Amino acid sequence: MTADGHPSRIADVEPDELADKLEQAPASVRSGSRIAAATHGQPAGANETELSTHKGLTVRLQGLRAFYGSTEAVKGVDLDFNANEVTAIIGPSGCGKSTMVRCINRMHEEVAGARAEGRVLLDETDIYGGGVDVVAVRRAIGMVFQKPNPFPTMSIFENVASGLRLSSPSRGRHAKAALHAKVEQALRSAGLWDEVSDRLSEPGAGLSGGQQQRLCIARSLAVDPDVILMDEPCSALDPIATLKIEELIGRLKARVTIVIVTHNMQQAARVADRTAFVLDGRLVEIGPTLQLFTTPTDSRTEEYVTGKFG
Amino acid sequence: MSAQAQPVQPGRFRLSASRRRRDRFARTAILAATLVALLPLALIIYYLLHKGLSAWSSSFFTTDPTGNTFFKSSSIGGIKSAILGTIEIVALAAAISIPVGVGVAVWLVEYGRHSRLASLVRFFIDVLTGVPSIVFGLFIYIVLIVGTGTTYAGYKGSLALALLMLPIVTRSAEVILQLVPTTLRESALALGAPRWRVVSRIVLPTAFSGLVTGVLLAIARAAGETAPLLFTAGATLKTNTDLGGFTNSLPLQIYYDVTQPTTAVVNRAWGAALTLVIMIGALNLIARLVARRSRLA
Amino acid sequence: MTVGGRSVLERPPLARLPDRALRYGLTALALAILALIVYFFIRLVGQARPAFAKEGVFGFVFGNDWNVSAEHFGALPLVVGTLITSGLALAMGVPIAVATALYITELCPLRLRGAMTVLVELLAAVPSVVYGLWGFFFLAPKLKGAEQWVADRLSFIPFVGGGNVIIPNYFVTGLVLAIMILPIVSAISREVMATVPDDQKEAALGLGATRWEMIRTAVLPYCRSGIVGGSMLGLGRALGETIAVTILIGDAPQLGKHLFQQGYTLAAVIANEFGEAQGLHRSALFAAALVLFVLTLVVNGIARGFVVRASRPGGGGAAAGAARSPGPSGPLVAEATSQP
Repeated sequence: MTADGHPSRIADVEPDELADKLEQAPASVRSGSRIAAATHGQPAGANETELSTHKGLTVRLQGLRAFYGSTEAVKGVDLDFNANEVTAIIGPSGCGKSTMVRCINRMHEEVAGARAEGRVLLDETDIYGGGVDVVAVRRAIGMVFQKPNPFPTMSIFENVASGLRLSSPSRGRHAKAALHAKVEQALRSAGLWDEVSDRLSEPGAGLSGGQQQRLCIARSLAVDPDVILMDEPCSALDPIATLKIEELIGRLKARVTIVIVTHNMQQAARVADRTAFVLDGRLVEIGPTLQLFTTPTDSRTEEYVTGKFG
Repeated sequence: MSAQAQPVQPGRFRLSASRRRRDRFARTAILAATLVALLPLALIIYYLLHKGLSAWSSSFFTTDPTGNTFFKSSSIGGIKSAILGTIEIVALAAAISIPVGVGVAVWLVEYGRHSRLASLVRFFIDVLTGVPSIVFGLFIYIVLIVGTGTTYAGYKGSLALALLMLPIVTRSAEVILQLVPTTLRESALALGAPRWRVVSRIVLPTAFSGLVTGVLLAIARAAGETAPLLFTAGATLKTNTDLGGFTNSLPLQIYYDVTQPTTAVVNRAWGAALTLVIMIGALNLIARLVARRSRLA
Repeated sequence: MTVGGRSVLERPPLARLPDRALRYGLTALALAILALIVYFFIRLVGQARPAFAKEGVFGFVFGNDWNVSAEHFGALPLVVGTLITSGLALAMGVPIAVATALYITELCPLRLRGAMTVLVELLAAVPSVVYGLWGFFFLAPKLKGAEQWVADRLSFIPFVGGGNVIIPNYFVTGLVLAIMILPIVSAISREVMATVPDDQKEAALGLGATRWEMIRTAVLPYCRSGIVGGSMLGLGRALGETIAVTILIGDAPQLGKHLFQQGYTLAAVIANEFGEAQGLHRSALFAAALVLFVLTLVVNGIARGFVVRASRPGGGGAAAGAARSPGPSGPLVAEATSQP
């Protein structure tokens, strides 16, 4: 919902209202009604109450520039991601959206010769500031990658626990019990518990693609991040698995802020509260998803969402 | 009126005889050459078994060589000290070169990557591969025997072998580590893991069987080397569990026995050769089996 | 850790310690290895200097007299001997190795391919001392009759013909070396041949070429650089091979007079004479080691140049990887055993 109560996601709109809204839209955008038609009928994600009362945080990009050597991939972006919302980033291939998102959890600098400038504020703290430790940043800001990649040498349980073990290994029986509880909680939050609770010691790589990706999401959730970044998380999955993950995203936003990069506009329309359109390393437009797709302010946005390019 | 069909022009759909001949000849030649290549293998195996087995006996493995080359076979002894010596020397060489080699490989892949220093290190490791094996022995001789005024010792032979193994271990470890997908490292980093845990808990376990394969092959290689031991390990006949003193080894024993005039001694050399080949063959076999269980490539 | 309004994105310094320790520790290790290798060469050169000082570098390498008692050390007979044995190894080994590679990749029935590959690589598992043993006691005597026959029939050809055949000799040495370099040349050739794009081969066959013609036009030209590179790596191996050669070559430090007679190589002279060498003699042996090493270095360098060229598009991409020892254990075995 936007601040004045208007539905921000197309999926939240009542069917007859949708038709009215599209009536008012310019003709060129009406062809984008395929988006609405495609996405209608998806149930809005029900909010599950989770065991933890964890809340997400805001992320603000201020003047973010990212370089690979001398090539500038992100050219000065100011962008806010509101707490406990799902923000989608769309744009044509190579526009810098993945790079931008990788700057948020400071993964960008892991590439040889890559660097970033500007500020990225998590709540009030600039994560690029002095005294901030990169490893701690990544515990607060998690990431789910395009291709599901559970650790091949570990079981399902160990995969989910790996985030906790890698950052601070636990000792003692008391810690072990706490670990089990956390793993179960993470798997439940990821909607995977019922499917794997009886085979936690089996290899993580033995699951289906969609299950593996939910396993990776559980793995990220286990360290209690404030933000989860998702870089095209469903592009390697089949439609049913995609659907499940989109439902999951809808439930998760109650406890984390979610940024999702996607090249699939229908997906953005289905899951995101707000959507940003990035072109050639710059932010073109950001707004409530429904508004961006039906009444975009920038002509380039309109051309992109109606499929004229990209 | 005859209604005979016109005969098909000969040669229209048929390959010219000379081309067919050439093809057949070439194929036969290639097959023949391949068999020729395998002939020595068959002959060596046959000879090793034929002459080597006849030298084997329980005393062959349980007694030391006596250095006795002129009298009857019963008094020339076995090769116990050589077998034990090889195991000791190679084990020490492995214990030195494996951690160092894997460590350098980890540095090259995880930390050095494309830096200038890494290129330099890679270049020098490559150069080290081209060193003739005897030169490693010479180096250790100069530094540790002449330089310190001491004499031959088993561990000095181990050091020479370790130098020989180092580039092999490093290079194969580097290749294997590079095969670990970057996304795996990134996932671990994105969970907020410090780099050293990513390396020790994720990268190395994933690469493990590949690393083991490379290591086993390097060990198999070192076990068969004679030249580095010539001027370092010291020639001795007695079993020696202290690598600080002269230590025998299978390749050395064989080498010295080859030129002896007594048939029995030569037979012992064959027996020792068979033993050595079996040991190396076993290592190779295990390496291959381990490689098959690898999760990479 | 998960309180909202996060203000502490730090780690206690103690937790950062292992990261630093590993990074600096490994960097130090790499530097230490670098220093060790450099020191290695410095010592080597230092030991060789007196001999070079006495004879001059050129005098040493091209002087034709290796006379221990007169303390005059010209290494030419050794260098020539090394080149002869290695040349023989190449001449005999490379065609066979390439043929086995061709057979395995192009002609062999699929089910046999694995077994054939293993068999060829088994040759690499035999230690060099065993090759020397086998060559000395089996091959040399067996071939003596044939060698004498050849020498008699071809008595008009210098170097090959005429004279008495002594065993062991250059020829047997070269033959055994050829067998020893077979695995590596074959492995690299195989790697390169496996990368020939199928559509090129199919294009040739589609034009109505016979199998051999297809090989000749689509496979061999494509693999040329890789095969040359592999051969040069084999050459490097042959140059530095010590033990088998020492057993088989005898110890005649004269300019190679006859194929079927004894000779000497740089590696063999070191193995034979180092034990009792003193002073200038020892220095000369170090000088010989240095010459041998430089020779091997140059050859290996050229080899890698060819192999890199073979790894450019259109030239067989796996060749460079093969020489640098990639995944499956095949080339790994060959590469691990490619050191002389």
